[in-house]
Amino acid sequence: MERATATRLLDVEGITKRFVTAEGSLTAVDDVSFGVAPGEFVSVIGPSGCGKSTLFNIIGGLAGDYEGRVTVGDAVVTGPHEAIGMVFQEESTFPWRTVLENVAFPLEIAGVARVERHERARNFVTLVGLAGFEGHYPAELSGGMRQRVAIARTLASNPRILLMDEPFAALDEQTRMLLGDKVLKIQQTLKQTTLLITHNLTEAVQLSDRVIVMTYRPGRVKRIVDIDLPHPRDASVVGSDRFGRYVAEIWQDLREEATRGIEDSEAQARAGHAAR
Amino acid sequence: MSTAAIRSSPWPARAVGAVSIVALFALLEALIRTGVVNRFVVPLPSQVLAAIPRVIAEENVAQRFWQTTQEVLWAALFLALAGIVLGALLYRFRLLRLACETWVGALAAAPVVLMYPLFLVIFGRSAATIIAIGFAAGLPAVILKTVEGLAGTRQVLIDVGRSLKLTSGQQFRKILLPAALPTIFVGFRLGLIFAMINIVGVEFLINFGGLGQLINEMAERYDLPATYAAICFVVLVSVLFFDVTERVERWMRRIV
Repeated sequence: MERATATRLLDVEGITKRFVTAEGSLTAVDDVSFGVAPGEFVSVIGPSGCGKSTLFNIIGGLAGDYEGRVTVGDAVVTGPHEAIGMVFQEESTFPWRTVLENVAFPLEIAGVARVERHERARNFVTLVGLAGFEGHYPAELSGGMRQRVAIARTLASNPRILLMDEPFAALDEQTRMLLGDKVLKIQQTLKQTTLLITHNLTEAVQLSDRVIVMTYRPGRVKRIVDIDLPHPRDASVVGSDRFGRYVAEIWQDLREEATRGIEDSEAQARAGHAAR
Repeated sequence: MSTAAIRSSPWPARAVGAVSIVALFALLEALIRTGVVNRFVVPLPSQVLAAIPRVIAEENVAQRFWQTTQEVLWAALFLALAGIVLGALLYRFRLLRLACETWVGALAAAPVVLMYPLFLVIFGRSAATIIAIGFAAGLPAVILKTVEGLAGTRQVLIDVGRSLKLTSGQQFRKILLPAALPTIFVGFRLGLIFAMINIVGVEFLINFGGLGQLINEMAERYDLPATYAAICFVVLVSVLFFDVTERVERWMRRIV
């Protein structure tokens, strides 16, 4: 279950976030606590509406006005933090910059000289498997390649924690699995502490050391599952019996929450129709 | 040449454009010669072409061309500076935007050229009046498109900047401005069109100089081929400015 606090790099403690809506106060996430150890790959999985993206924004320092606290090492996160590198669900490369210029962007902001930042950016471009595409613009790349550029750009900022919000959500299943391999390889090469927010069960089990299952609204931690699959891991692991057992086990928890989510959406649609 | 090379080369498009213009003039020539279009209203394109060397030789076109170009250049500079700064302010301060955007939109539709007597009183019968009217006519388009471009920047790009702890100045220079640049340049080109129309129009009205005055003089002599030849020089100024604008846009996209 949960690792000891002393070994944690990222600590999420008692996070509660409420939004004020026309219908009153809506609790998006409620008393969420977990930690991520250095070098660990943790996924947060839950149905739509469980507050995953809210949690992503809170941990990344983009959302304020919540209860609880997020710490990296000894530092409390009160806003965007240099130790946390964010990869967004939406396509986030800068269309006016080439692949190399996109990846070099955090280094440019940090004031690294042009030659050095391009050299360092080139290493990250190679790391994500895009060597040869340095001079291409995002419009000339596929969706999967663009997300790899975004990952390389975030890695170039040298974050202690890589925080990703469903980065492959817009991709087809095959591409998603192969990119999962790529992300795992990068994570293992750099020993990069990673927190992935996802709604994809296969992806979560394929990539993670631990999976945190969230409840449907309000989002609470329902269960934390340790994934004891061998490392180094790749997409071939999805064919193993143990993988199947993990998926089935987590699905039992997730199914109940997803069903609640669907029933809630239907009830809201009915209420909206009746009000009209 | 490969298909990709043809697609990326500007020459095929330029050739099609040139052939289209020649074809249009040939059609007009035919319509005038067959009497479908009255030749006392629209001169033959061949006569207009023949009048160009005469106008150049007799009407001091180089000096007039330079004067109009200078006026447009000054108006363009003021448009770029004031339009983008005011647009950025309207984007940055929501209250200011809510208070002013409708008025700026209304100003875009106002026939500013009809206010030339007021400008004459303020600036006198000088190039300053012409530049000021051109500037006033083009300003709303630049402001509105700057606001549109900045407001249209995708939130995720702004969030990338926030996550990397960009200062507000860096956020503007490195993300908002480059993201908005294509829309800002659409506004700048629109503003430039309005500015040029008004500059030539006021030159025509106050008979101060430049190509507008030349058109006025040729029209008063009822020298229709020369009038249309003078209009061709105005088109040339327009082509020149659009070409420069495109180059500046490409350059700015590279440097931001």
